[in-house]
Amino acid sequence: MPAFGNSSRSHTASLDLAPDTSAPRWTHRNDTDPWYDTFPWWGVIVAVVLVVLGLLVAFNEGYNIAFDRIIPGLWLTVKATVYSFVISCVIGMVIALARTSQNVVARNLARSYVELIRGIPILVLIFTIALVIVPSVSDALGQPNRVPQEWRAIIALSLIYAGYIAEIFRAGIQSVDRGQIEAGRSLGLSRRETTRSIVLPQAIRAVVPPLGNDFIAILKDTSLLSVLGVLELTQRGRQYASGSFKFRDSYLALTFIYLTLTVVLSLLLGVVERRLSQDRKGAR
Amino acid sequence: MLPLIEVTNLHKTFGKDIHAVRGVDIEIAPGEVVVIVGPSGSGKSTVLRCLNMLEIPTEGAIRIDGEYVTAPDANLDRMRAETGMVFQQFNLFPHLTVLDNITLAQRKVRKRSKEEAEVEAMRQLTRVGIPEKAGSYPRQLSGGQQQRVAIARSLAMGPKVMLFDEPTSALDPEMVKEVLDVMLELAKAGMTMVVVTHEMGFARAAADRVVFIDEGVFVEMGTPDQIFDHPREARTKAFFDKILQH
Ligand SMILES: Nc1ncnc2c1ncn2[C@@H]1O[C@H](COP(=O)(O)OP(=O)(O)OP(=O)(O)O)[C@@H](O)[C@H]1O
Ligand SMILES: [Mg+2]
Repeated sequence: MPAFGNSSRSHTASLDLAPDTSAPRWTHRNDTDPWYDTFPWWGVIVAVVLVVLGLLVAFNEGYNIAFDRIIPGLWLTVKATVYSFVISCVIGMVIALARTSQNVVARNLARSYVELIRGIPILVLIFTIALVIVPSVSDALGQPNRVPQEWRAIIALSLIYAGYIAEIFRAGIQSVDRGQIEAGRSLGLSRRETTRSIVLPQAIRAVVPPLGNDFIAILKDTSLLSVLGVLELTQRGRQYASGSFKFRDSYLALTFIYLTLTVVLSLLLGVVERRLSQDRKGAR
Repeated sequence: MLPLIEVTNLHKTFGKDIHAVRGVDIEIAPGEVVVIVGPSGSGKSTVLRCLNMLEIPTEGAIRIDGEYVTAPDANLDRMRAETGMVFQQFNLFPHLTVLDNITLAQRKVRKRSKEEAEVEAMRQLTRVGIPEKAGSYPRQLSGGQQQRVAIARSLAMGPKVMLFDEPTSALDPEMVKEVLDVMLELAKAGMTMVVVTHEMGFARAAADRVVFIDEGVFVEMGTPDQIFDHPREARTKAFFDKILQH
């Protein structure tokens, strides 16, 4: 079995377009630093890789054919990404509210969900949810084998990312100062109203950047769904490669497609983040 | 006159070991201004926070305007709407404009219309002297202005009593006066106030009564002159000797 890419999820999932703060700490930076010291060379290199791959796909017949065979999978990749993201946001929010609630049972159930998800490799979870849990649940409901493979894949990814996204929401909720809640309550707002009008609006702002990262992470992790045989991009690439033995054409075309998607999304996310932080700094 | 606030045998413990308030009794008349002073950790904030049930007392009874707020079936949300609270850290809502900060609870709790709430908000903003800041966000205001907005936000609810927990302690010195002036006006206008503060000038000018608290008990209370100039208890005297040295 090949290694299915980056199955362990890291929080540096997407391209980080923020200013580079990883430069050595001991070099003292100031305005007199030469421009080439702070210039984002890495961005240029990524762009060059993207352009070279793009030119190959556009003008080289082999890559061109591979691209044409793979690209129909884009629809399912996008569909799985968007559905999984939306569903996991909804479930994640419920889990996060449970985790921060006063209720001991709710809090502990929510915590166990998160810990279970985080303690198991994504690939294993995909197999387990899609091939064990979903079938037994649909069996139990008297509807054996009624869930199409595509939806098993989406359900698996949704349940997995619900655990991760719940943690993002929890951190967002807990980033809101206690004093905010006390101020709300002292004005006579109910607990529910305080959460709705004071805590959540502030938590959302804190949560957009990591949520955006997770959207991109989900997009990349849809490639893991190829193990279920659903015809998203990676599965189409694998099929074309094993049928034609054109591994180079297939996987470089595939690389090009994913890289285009993640770079575009990262740029969009950067714009949204900048918009949000301006909103926070200045008057509207 | 019937007391507006009646506290009987108030106790508050945190966990097993911390006995922050140990049997406090006080009656506060309508329109009275009570200043609570005492060393750090003596339980000042805890007493104040019990008055609007931000901390639930471990023992004892609190009655506000005839109603037992410590009764198990008391409507805390309604009671808190009647009890304004001003915090050391202002606690304005950063995602809302000044105007929205002041209208939010009016609309949700008092069920006022947007227009009514905005009229009341502007009235209170004018009272604290910054009507021109209605459209600003809290981060665009100085600390003193933020605290004045926080006061206006509480006043807009039409509270029966205002609680202040060290309202000027987080302010730069040059902004302390503008906030104290607002509070002084409020006191003159007949608002019932319970104020925790280290501003002895304010206490002398505004307080009907000063309470000295130490280790969770009210050691003594009296007029500002009595407490500051002729304390009866050694502990009180020691405390003022210490802070007046600075
Ligand atoms: N939520 C809490 N949990 C545990 N202990 C607490 C809590 N709140 C207060 N205490 C403790 O109760 C005691 C009284 O605290 P309180 O905040 O009422 O004092 P204070 O007089 O307001 O002090 P300061 O002048 O520092 O504000 C302190 O020992 C404090 O550590
Ligand atoms: Mg205090």
